[in-house]
Amino acid sequence: MAEYDTETVVHEEMTLRNDAKMTARDVSVFYGQKQAVRSVSIDVDSHYVTAFIGPSGCGKSTFLRCFNRMNDTIDIARVEGDIDLDGRDIYDPKMDVVQLRARVGMVFQKPNPFPKSIYENIAYGPRIHGLAESKTDMDRIVETSLQRAGLWNEVKDRLDESGTALSGGQQQRLCIARAIAVDPEVILMDEPCSALDPIATAKVEELIDELQGRYAIVIVTHNMQQAARVSQRTAFFHLGHLVEYGPTDEIFTNPKADRTRDYITGRFG
Amino acid sequence: MSSPPSPPGHTVKSFDDDLRSLRSMIGRMGGLARKQLDDSIEALLTSDEEAADRICAKDKELDEMEMEAEAYAISIIARRAPMAGDLREVIAALKIGSVIERVGDYAKNCARRVSVLAGHVDRGVHPGIAEMARMASSLLDDALTSFAQRDSELAKKVAAGDEAIDDYYESLFQALLAQIAEDPNQTATATHFIFIIKNLERVGDHATNIAEMVHYSATGDHIADRPKGGDATEISLPL
Repeated sequence: MAEYDTETVVHEEMTLRNDAKMTARDVSVFYGQKQAVRSVSIDVDSHYVTAFIGPSGCGKSTFLRCFNRMNDTIDIARVEGDIDLDGRDIYDPKMDVVQLRARVGMVFQKPNPFPKSIYENIAYGPRIHGLAESKTDMDRIVETSLQRAGLWNEVKDRLDESGTALSGGQQQRLCIARAIAVDPEVILMDEPCSALDPIATAKVEELIDELQGRYAIVIVTHNMQQAARVSQRTAFFHLGHLVEYGPTDEIFTNPKADRTRDYITGRFG
Repeated sequence: MSSPPSPPGHTVKSFDDDLRSLRSMIGRMGGLARKQLDDSIEALLTSDEEAADRICAKDKELDEMEMEAEAYAISIIARRAPMAGDLREVIAALKIGSVIERVGDYAKNCARRVSVLAGHVDRGVHPGIAEMARMASSLLDDALTSFAQRDSELAKKVAAGDEAIDDYYESLFQALLAQIAEDPNQTATATHFIFIIKNLERVGDHATNIAEMVHYSATGDHIADRPKGGDATEISLPL
C-alpha cells in the first residue's frame, strides 16, 4: 500500500469544542494486546447525523460502541481516554450504565426485537425506566415512538402480534422505535441497513432524515453512498486511526487526505 | 507547486477504462474543434468557399461527439457513482464537452461568412485577425492539453492568458469602427469582421473556462478570482 500520513485531518467546521453533545478525547481501545482504536478525538453534535466510514477492521464499530459503553460487555476490551456526554465522563465509576444506555440508545446491524408483542417491544424500556405513570401514558409513548419510527400505520391494528413476525425492515424500524421510546439524546446505529433490501433501506434512511435534529445520530456504515445520503458529517477511519473528519459534502467531493480520497473513490489495496 | 500526484488506479480496473475513454472522447472533440477553428480562418483569409462549406458540414460531427460524450458521462455517473476527484472529473468533462461544442459553432459561424466576404480582403485588418486566431487557437490547445494531462499549473496559466486576446479584439474593433466611419460603404463588410473577431474573443474566454474546470477537477479548488474585464467594446462604442 502507498505511504500515507497518519495525522488526522479535521476540517475547520469540526474543530474540537468542549460544548458538543458528546466529546471523545484521545480514545484508544484494546482487545487484549491488539489496539483497535488509536487515540481518536472527535465531537458529536446534536442536530446532525454523523457517519463513521472505513474498511472492515478500521475500528469504527469498536469506537461507536464506546459511546454507550457497549465494550464493557467484552471481557478483554479496554478503553482509554475520555468520553463525555454533556460534559460528564461516561466512564466515571459512578455513572449508571443502564441510565447511560437510555440516554445513548443503540440500533444494531441485525434487527433484534424481543420475542414479545410489538406493543411490549416498545413498552419495555419506558417501563423499566419508570417513564409512564399509567396505561394511557404508556399507550401514548408506544404510539408516538412507532409514529416517529414511521411504523405506526403499518402495525397499529396488530400491536399484539409478535415483533419477530414483522419483515426485516419493519423489525429494524421497530428497534429504532424501541430506542426512541426511552427518550434518548443520542442514537448510535451500527450498520442498521446492511441486512435490509433497498426498499427497507430507503425507509430507514427516510426515518434517519426525520429523526435528524431531534437526536444526535451516529451511524456506522459500509455503504459510502448511504453515508453520503444520510449524514451531514463524515469521519473516515483506517487501521484504528481517525483519518479525516469533515462536512459530508466536502468529504465526498473534495477530501483532503490521500487515504480518504483513495478509499471513497475505490482505489484501496 | 506542481499538480497533485495522480492517485493510484481503481480497484475495479474497468472504472479506469471508463474515465480514460471519456477523457479521450473529449480530447478528440477538442482536436476537431481546434482544427475547425484554424480551417475556418484559413478559408476566410484565402476566400476558399469550398473549404468553408466543408467546415459547416463537419460541425454536425462535433455535435454528435458532444452528445456521445454526454451520454457516456451520464452512464458513468449512473453505473459507477463516482466520488471526489472522479466525480469532479466527470462533471468537468460534461461541461468541457459543451464548451468545445460551442467553439465549433464559432468556427462554423466564421466559415459561413466566407462567401459574403470573398473579394473583400482588407490588408489592414486581416493580418490582425490571423494573429488573433492564432492566439485563440494556441490558448485552446493549452487548455485541452491541461485537461488531457490533468495539469493544474498549465490550467492556471491558460486562465490568466486570454488578456492578450482581449487586447487584440479591442484594437481590431476600433480599427473596424474607423473603417466604417471613413467609408460607410464598408459597413456590411466591417460588421461581418466584427462578428468574426467577437467569435475569436469568445474562443479565448472558453479556453479559460476549460482551464478553470480543469483546475477545479484536478485540485478541488477554484482558481482565485481573476478580474473579469468584460467586453470593453460594449462601453467604448461612440454614440
